[in-house]
Amino acid sequence: MLENDFMQVNNDQIVMLERLCNACAVSGDEGEVRSIVLEQVQPVADEVSVDPMGNVLAKRYGAGERRMRVMVAAHMDEVGLMLTNDEGDGVFRFETVGGIAAQQLPAKEMSIGSDHIPGIVGAVPIHLTSLSERQKDIPLDNMRIDVGTENAGKVKIGDRAVFATKFHQQGNSISAKAIDDRIGVAILLRLFTNPPPNIDLFAAFTVQEEVGLRGARVAAFALDPDLAVALDCTPANDLPGWDEGEDQWAKNTRYNTRLGEGAAIYVADRGTLSDPRLVSHFVKIAEETGISYQFRQPGGGATDAGAIHTQRSGIPSISVSVPARHIHTAVAIARISDWENTQKLIFHSLTGITRDSLNRNG
Amino acid sequence: MEDKFIFLKSLISTSGLSGYETPVRKQVSSAWEPLADELKTSRLGSLHGLRKGSGDEPRESILLAAHMDAIGLMVTGKVEGFLRVTEMGGIDGRVLPGQAVTVHGREELNGTIALPPNHLLPSHLHGKAVPLEYLLVDVGLPPSEVEEKIRVGDLVSFAQPPIELGKDILAGHSLDNRASVAALTFCLNNLQGRAFEWDVWAAATVQEEETFGGAYTSAFELTPKLAVAIDVTHGAGPGTKEHKTVPFGKGPALGWGPNIHPALHEAFKTVAGRFEIPHILEALPRHSGTDAFAMQVAAAGIPTMVISIPLRYMHTPVEMVVLKDITRTARLLAEFIVELDDQFMQKLAWDTE
Amino acid sequence: MKNLIRKLVEVTGPSGYESLIRDCVKEEVEGLVDEVCVDNLGNLIVRKGNKAKNGLRIMVAAHMDEIGMMVSHVDEQGFVRFMPIGGLNAKVCLGSRVRFLNGEPGVIGSEPAAGGSKALTFEQLYIDLGWDGQGDPPVKVGDVGVFEGGMLEMGARIVSKALDDRISVAVLIETLQRLDADKVQSPHEIYFVFSVQEEVGLRGANTAAFGIEPDLGLAVDVTRTGDTPKDLKMEVSLGNGPAIKVRDQRMISDPRVVKWMVESAQKAHLPFQLEVLERGTTDAGAIQLSRAGVPAGCLSIPCRYLHTPSEMVDYRDVQNSVALMIELLKDPIVLSEF
Repeated sequence: MLENDFMQVNNDQIVMLERLCNACAVSGDEGEVRSIVLEQVQPVADEVSVDPMGNVLAKRYGAGERRMRVMVAAHMDEVGLMLTNDEGDGVFRFETVGGIAAQQLPAKEMSIGSDHIPGIVGAVPIHLTSLSERQKDIPLDNMRIDVGTENAGKVKIGDRAVFATKFHQQGNSISAKAIDDRIGVAILLRLFTNPPPNIDLFAAFTVQEEVGLRGARVAAFALDPDLAVALDCTPANDLPGWDEGEDQWAKNTRYNTRLGEGAAIYVADRGTLSDPRLVSHFVKIAEETGISYQFRQPGGGATDAGAIHTQRSGIPSISVSVPARHIHTAVAIARISDWENTQKLIFHSLTGITRDSLNRNG
Repeated sequence: MEDKFIFLKSLISTSGLSGYETPVRKQVSSAWEPLADELKTSRLGSLHGLRKGSGDEPRESILLAAHMDAIGLMVTGKVEGFLRVTEMGGIDGRVLPGQAVTVHGREELNGTIALPPNHLLPSHLHGKAVPLEYLLVDVGLPPSEVEEKIRVGDLVSFAQPPIELGKDILAGHSLDNRASVAALTFCLNNLQGRAFEWDVWAAATVQEEETFGGAYTSAFELTPKLAVAIDVTHGAGPGTKEHKTVPFGKGPALGWGPNIHPALHEAFKTVAGRFEIPHILEALPRHSGTDAFAMQVAAAGIPTMVISIPLRYMHTPVEMVVLKDITRTARLLAEFIVELDDQFMQKLAWDTE
Repeated sequence: MKNLIRKLVEVTGPSGYESLIRDCVKEEVEGLVDEVCVDNLGNLIVRKGNKAKNGLRIMVAAHMDEIGMMVSHVDEQGFVRFMPIGGLNAKVCLGSRVRFLNGEPGVIGSEPAAGGSKALTFEQLYIDLGWDGQGDPPVKVGDVGVFEGGMLEMGARIVSKALDDRISVAVLIETLQRLDADKVQSPHEIYFVFSVQEEVGLRGANTAAFGIEPDLGLAVDVTRTGDTPKDLKMEVSLGNGPAIKVRDQRMISDPRVVKWMVESAQKAHLPFQLEVLERGTTDAGAIQLSRAGVPAGCLSIPCRYLHTPSEMVDYRDVQNSVALMIELLKDPIVLSEF
């Protein structure tokens, strides 16, 4: 069991996560988060650069011979909208960037551009709809962003918009937008300021994960690591399930992960089959140190590992995520205890990882 | 204008769902304290404020009603730490997924409305809009804490903070009908230090969204000679058909139809014209959907009028108003009141030969 | 109390035709109260007590009427067409027995379903009087009837037609008997209203409340449950105690009344449930909007299979309802600040 573990989530980290979640950084426009990351890593990095796509690549060298070069990736971008047509009087058409379900958009406040101009995705009043209309989802094509006539000149086509949700902490839970993947960024920032001494830590704050894992691809190619860990945020679909036979709520067997059950280790998703040696190593460390963990149910979805592991001659990779409910909606919910367990797991798993850990004979 | 904006923002930030209007009543009561000669609460919780006129007794009175209740949700059950809810007032379930809410349990809790993924919903809903009964409120707490802190019947209100779209446009929840409560307050303010003959009853009514119970019982109790309902109406905006809405930001709408006494409509129209207050005619062919519907048939019947503030996205957490329309409404009401004399009721005689 | 319940549920009394049940109730209560009267619509209103300085005028209402049917046509073979009185459901009628106010029995049959449609409608139903064709048919247009269904005991459960709302009538009568027997000195002036025509639109409660002008109103009625297979997602179940209504389709209970009811139940260590009903309403909705308004609430008795010939309640819930009623009425009431 760990004692006096300095990888606990502290108040400074919560303040940092708030800053990160409240920032506006849609895929392709990650500047606001990039500034925060650079501000944090520059004072302690051995090397820092921003690559042609906007990824921040930061290195801290460890000590010891034959030490492993470990890439840890967390993506800076979030899903959002882009304004595509100006219909006048402050009303704009828009399209989604990354996977946002159309059902999540009606009647929401959005925050537009680097000046965070407020806008509304409205909805037709219920009084002006018919019952049959209300049984069909509102088509994305019918939705508009309305900034009002006064501010019409302050936004333009091409501006990005994100949910305007403000960060809240309630006991052990936090609610915010963009927990996917600002929580990964927060963990990576902490790891970077307290790196395991036995490895070369190559932190990749990646771009455009939400639109095809595009930043991670080139980052991995440039860093050419011995192994890689993707730090992401994965859905906790631990809502009650629906039992058709009984016609009521019942136990759910397709929950992906559950809140409160610790760091989520991926064995397989649509993008990657995690390297089994890394999976055993992480599990062994978790068991030895008493860190709470769970297996993310195999199935769909992907992380930056999907792009990383096939780069160059192949890079052994694993993904570890913080579970969160309602990701890609205005309000996601995560547990601080899960965050802490993920942070501890990554630190302790990388401390003491050696080339032997990757032995085929395990 | 700025402090009017601030007042409106604070009005919509106060809770007051139908039947549970106490917090907003307290707020309106403090705002009306310096503006009224008497303040009372009705048996159902409506706030009645009296400004006495200077005419000879017995004085006639006019009732200005703006409902202070707002729509929201109520907890109907708990399942594995998530809450099932029902609507309090008409809500389109399609605007609910992802909405931030406040659950008023034994303490105030932040929550969000979750749309379960398809594979956790009955197959007959796949490809269709998911109705309210299958949505769940998530307060992010373990089931044991939810058991302790929340029970069936607890209220859930929208937590969307007010959105300022410039200096004159405000968006947020509960603008239906706090925009009218604000207009009524500004009207009382306008009447400060002015002379007028009739008694003026300002009523912030309760339960309009559910039963019109506040308006009905207040009208019965106060027995006014005239009653005006101040409410909101559909302002033209994205997705609406022009013929079902009134222009947005172009002044209050004066209602016309069976819930409205035609001579009363004409009288308001004349005042608006004289004072150059922009206004629109709104056709209300049947149920006006406002407190006037109830007030008109209280006791022996009362001539009623409907004045509406154009509003976009009604019954969503992002309703939108133009502040100028609210101040125009307030001014129209005040000028009408100042002109009321003891001859006015004769104008309302029906079908003179 | 079971004999009382049996007596009440077996009387025929559809909305508008409550005289038999009114007489039955009157006989039970007249010795226990200070004043008895019947108003213009037929509500039986009895008063117990006078208002002390720290008392209130309280109206407590349970409706005497039940759903039923009215004859619209009698054909030459004695097959009777009918229209529903109150919320009668066509599909529970098939095969049911009925009893007319004049005592005549009948059975409900149906024509085959029209075309491909599966839903049964009233147009397809008829009542078979078993008439042999001699003399005049036993009923005529305008006659009224109700389901026939004698009371059945199943362990703690009671099954009968018209538990809606005769079970509440029984609760009120029993309450009156206990208040009298225990010589309870309540500070309140209590009007027990056995109302009429609730099932067709809360009509009796409207006029009764207007006449009484109470300070506080309480309806006692049945409510649905969520405890049967594939039923409504509702938290109320049989056997978990009387339900305190927070809201229903047409009424939001005054929160101060809900609080008073919850605290009274807690103080007396009585079981209770909180109720939110999405479809349906009670006399309390009418009382609340009477004149200048009345703070109102409702005590609900959980009941399965509402508006069928075999409604079901749990006897312990009924007994606990009586206990709660007494608890509510015996002491001064201070409603919390608004």
